Amino acid sequence: MTAAGALSLPRTTATAARVLRQLRHDPRTIALMLLVPCVMLFLLRYVFDASARTFDTIGASLLGIFPLITMFLVTSIATLRERTSGTLERLLAMPLGKGDLIAGYALAFGAVAVVQSALATGLAVWFLDLDVIGSPWLLLLVALLDALLGTALGLFVSAFAASEFQAVQFMPAVIFPQLLLCGLFTPRDAMHPVLEAISDALPMSYAVDAMNEVLRHADLTTAFVRDITVVAGCALLVLIVGAATLKRRTA
Amino acid sequence: MMNYSSRPPEEPAVHAQDLTVVRGSRPVLRGLGFTVPRGRITGLLGPSGCGKSTLMRAVVGTQAKVTGTLDVLGRPAGHPSLRTRIGYVTQAPSVYGDLTVRQNLDYFAAILDPGKAGADRRHDVERVLADVDLTGHADSLAGTLSGGQRSRVSLAVALLGTPELLVLDEPTVGLDPVLRRDLWQLFHSLAEDRGATLLVSSHVMDEAERCHRLLLMRAGEVLAEGAPEALRTRTGADTVETAFLRLVDEAAAAARTEESTR
Repeated sequence: MTAAGALSLPRTTATAARVLRQLRHDPRTIALMLLVPCVMLFLLRYVFDASARTFDTIGASLLGIFPLITMFLVTSIATLRERTSGTLERLLAMPLGKGDLIAGYALAFGAVAVVQSALATGLAVWFLDLDVIGSPWLLLLVALLDALLGTALGLFVSAFAASEFQAVQFMPAVIFPQLLLCGLFTPRDAMHPVLEAISDALPMSYAVDAMNEVLRHADLTTAFVRDITVVAGCALLVLIVGAATLKRRTA
Repeated sequence: MMNYSSRPPEEPAVHAQDLTVVRGSRPVLRGLGFTVPRGRITGLLGPSGCGKSTLMRAVVGTQAKVTGTLDVLGRPAGHPSLRTRIGYVTQAPSVYGDLTVRQNLDYFAAILDPGKAGADRRHDVERVLADVDLTGHADSLAGTLSGGQRSRVSLAVALLGTPELLVLDEPTVGLDPVLRRDLWQLFHSLAEDRGATLLVSSHVMDEAERCHRLLLMRAGEVLAEGAPEALRTRTGADTVETAFLRLVDEAAAAARTEESTR
């Protein structure tokens, strides 16, 4: 049983390639995943036409939030389909480790997230004059970690959804509270102390904080390192808990 | 540990004793005992809901809450080493609808044996495509195929890597008579030429005649096991269907007498 815990690289990459191949047969989803964040940023730029400063903070925060939401939705539906279609049962009856499956999904959607974030970041920085003092590469790094967090959360909630309807409803349940409390609308320290304490416990707050650190500082700050460590740690933790929801034997 | 070399042909592929499965609080299988001999086709027959699928899932090792003895190919069911030796087809075709037939097979082949050379794996994929007569549809999306074709893709996945035991849950449901005949020919050639053991479930009694051996199930219990002709002779019936009905009546009558004498 020791082998079950260890990752098998060829099985992981085969799974990632399979997930990407499935996506390739669905060009509309790819287009939506890649274009919607760009269109939203474009829209936002002109909503805040008169106040470029506001666009800077909200724009940078959204660069972190988009990959999280997209990957959450895509992963929760994809793994739910895997559970309901019987392919998950088949895979777990085969010599596939749970870790291989999860890492495969994380790898595939992480790759999509890199493309999505590169497009959105490039558009924001070069065409919409998002004023970033730090390196755009750091924005990309945060976006990638956010995408992994989204993948992890999506995988986790798919275990509790019996249908696609329920899976989609987990979006408002899991994502909206974080969206309200992450500092996108008001600085977190201006919130009611209770809400501020709650927002301290939610991973998206750190994703947005990290983006804002890059926005305001030229070099790597300790706050930035702490923020991305929290996001990465949360992603890893939820992935491990998610792996525990994959059972070889089911009722 | 058993000594395989001294007694390989005698040892059955599956051996169950006091096999019980509980789902929720309801027992689905109630203390079953049976054997599935190697290199033969064993038919698992009974009405829907009698526990056939649960029994198959227990053999494959995907069923939770299994108690009693269940040995598969000399190991306890669900043992990790069995995962490459058993091919399993669920009732609903479990393949990816948004991949082509070949992409489905390539992926499952890679999971099964990632160490195998690419050329060998491609050869394996071509072989199973030919087995289920889908070579012409290899590059169609599985989701656009008809129900019968999709269930053959699912069967093709189970044939990858030449497993020693094939567990097939209603593989011929919804297929036309010609395809059904072809698949049964394939099952016989798998057993007779490649020495594979097959456990095939069906609720269509006329398929029973094509099996070497039968397990008749009803309400979570094995009513009878044996060769089709033996069951017919024992009950004095012309067909397995009549034999099955007589056995059901006998069991019901026995249960009534037991109740009245209590």
